[in-house]
Amino acid sequence: MKPWLRWLILLVFAIYFFGPLLSMLDFSTKTTGGGRSGAAWKALVTNHQVLDAIGQSLLLCLTTVILMLVLLLPTMIWVRLRLPRLKRVIEFLCLLPLTIPALVIVVGINGVYAWVNYFFGYSPVVLTFAYVVLVLPYAYRALDSSLSALDVTTLAEAARSLGAGWLTVIARVVVPNLGAGILSAAFISVALVLGEFTFASLLNYQTLPVVIDLFGKSDARVSVAAALGSIVFASALLLLLSFAGARSRGRKGA
Amino acid sequence: MRRARSLVPLVGILPFLAYLLLFLLIPTVVVIVGAFQENGSFSLSNIHALSNSATIDALRNSVVLSASTAVIGGLLGALLAAVIVSAPERSVVRRAVLALSGSLAQTGGVSLAFAWMATIGLGGTLTTMVQNALRLDITGNGWLYAMPGLILVYCYFQIPLMVIVFLPALDGLRPQWREAAETLGASRLQYLTQVAIPLLLPAFLGSLLLLFANAFAAYATAAALVSQGSPILPLMIRAALTSEVVLGQQHLAYAIALEMIVVVALIMGAYAWLLRRSSRWMR
Repeated sequence: MKPWLRWLILLVFAIYFFGPLLSMLDFSTKTTGGGRSGAAWKALVTNHQVLDAIGQSLLLCLTTVILMLVLLLPTMIWVRLRLPRLKRVIEFLCLLPLTIPALVIVVGINGVYAWVNYFFGYSPVVLTFAYVVLVLPYAYRALDSSLSALDVTTLAEAARSLGAGWLTVIARVVVPNLGAGILSAAFISVALVLGEFTFASLLNYQTLPVVIDLFGKSDARVSVAAALGSIVFASALLLLLSFAGARSRGRKGA
Repeated sequence: MRRARSLVPLVGILPFLAYLLLFLLIPTVVVIVGAFQENGSFSLSNIHALSNSATIDALRNSVVLSASTAVIGGLLGALLAAVIVSAPERSVVRRAVLALSGSLAQTGGVSLAFAWMATIGLGGTLTTMVQNALRLDITGNGWLYAMPGLILVYCYFQIPLMVIVFLPALDGLRPQWREAAETLGASRLQYLTQVAIPLLLPAFLGSLLLLFANAFAAYATAAALVSQGSPILPLMIRAALTSEVVLGQQHLAYAIALEMIVVVALIMGAYAWLLRRSSRWMR
């Protein structure tokens, strides 16, 4: 491909991708008189409903990442060390949520959530349980590629021969070597949870995307500002991740 | 005794299995069983309801939407991936494209719906520009809030998704194969049509299937964009779940959800099969 053609194609795509994003910036700062105003952006930090939703969504990101790591990481390491024959089964189970649409899980989850609400109340944080399932395929892939780069068995045997118990092996020997994988699993989970709408809206919890949708009917400028904010935040997060990932790979090579 | 001991390690994965049972398998089974029940006993009435004209229309629209955005997104996404694949892994352009793609493909459809409303909706930036320059109203008939709009907005996450899933396949094309072809006297075009494209075809078709399933299962974009009517299956489920006028629609939602499982499972099954074929060469 000729260089000028490559740049031309890139330019067309750039217009296609950034056009709507710039439109959002334009739309969210427009006033009916034709002037400019930052009122919609200010509402993101002053309006209680929006602020609450942002807080809930960020809290959900944190709880989802923690529960995902607590549940998935020991299981994956354990399977590698002690049950290698079950690796395919665990992989299949982790990728299953790609095949079962989130919408389908919502439709059938009422009974389970009746119990969840009974034990944990009605705060949006209970969505964590469903979100861990949603992020499972992506988190699994990130952790799996990082585990594959590591000789887990040798590490574990070395630690065991020095008298470490299984818990020590997992928590103090294997996990500290998985930095890049854990980081990328966490970032992808955050990106997914931040925009998750299906569960939150149909189970009636006011997370950020639900409130963005809600404001669309009354004050679309606030919606557009919040939507642009979350796209920019997620992109920045993923860009940061690409640098972090590259650095840890570089270190290993050296 | 030996047998019992070999079962002990299984205890380690029990929490994980119990969790999936609770939050993935039970909901799915509830849907499948519920689709065949009415008032607590076995019934095919909900399955029959799938063949009424509104549901058939929604299924057709869903398939048209998923197929068209899979093809458009697949071709354009493959083109963009081909443009950035030759850039070095550390280049800023490649990183920026991948980060933005990840964000658009995975961070929720609500934001994307609003992005296009701010562009070509009422009072949108492009709308105003065209209005001022050409005295033309491009929002005509509210097309953005119906099928044509859904296709447009879905492409905004399908193209980035294609970049993400297809780039690894392009990366897997080894320079040695091109060199080998050139040494044997192949022209650029011959290399493309007889080496690169046949090698990439399974991965490309697999990616299209993944895109189809992604669009078919998507809910947020459509829910934020379309507030009246239910042109596609996910919105019919919303109507059945949130309907306050007609009670007892829950089981219709089960039946439509079952229909979605069947379609997506078939597509993903074909995807897995293609993936196995393509991984024979691509490692």
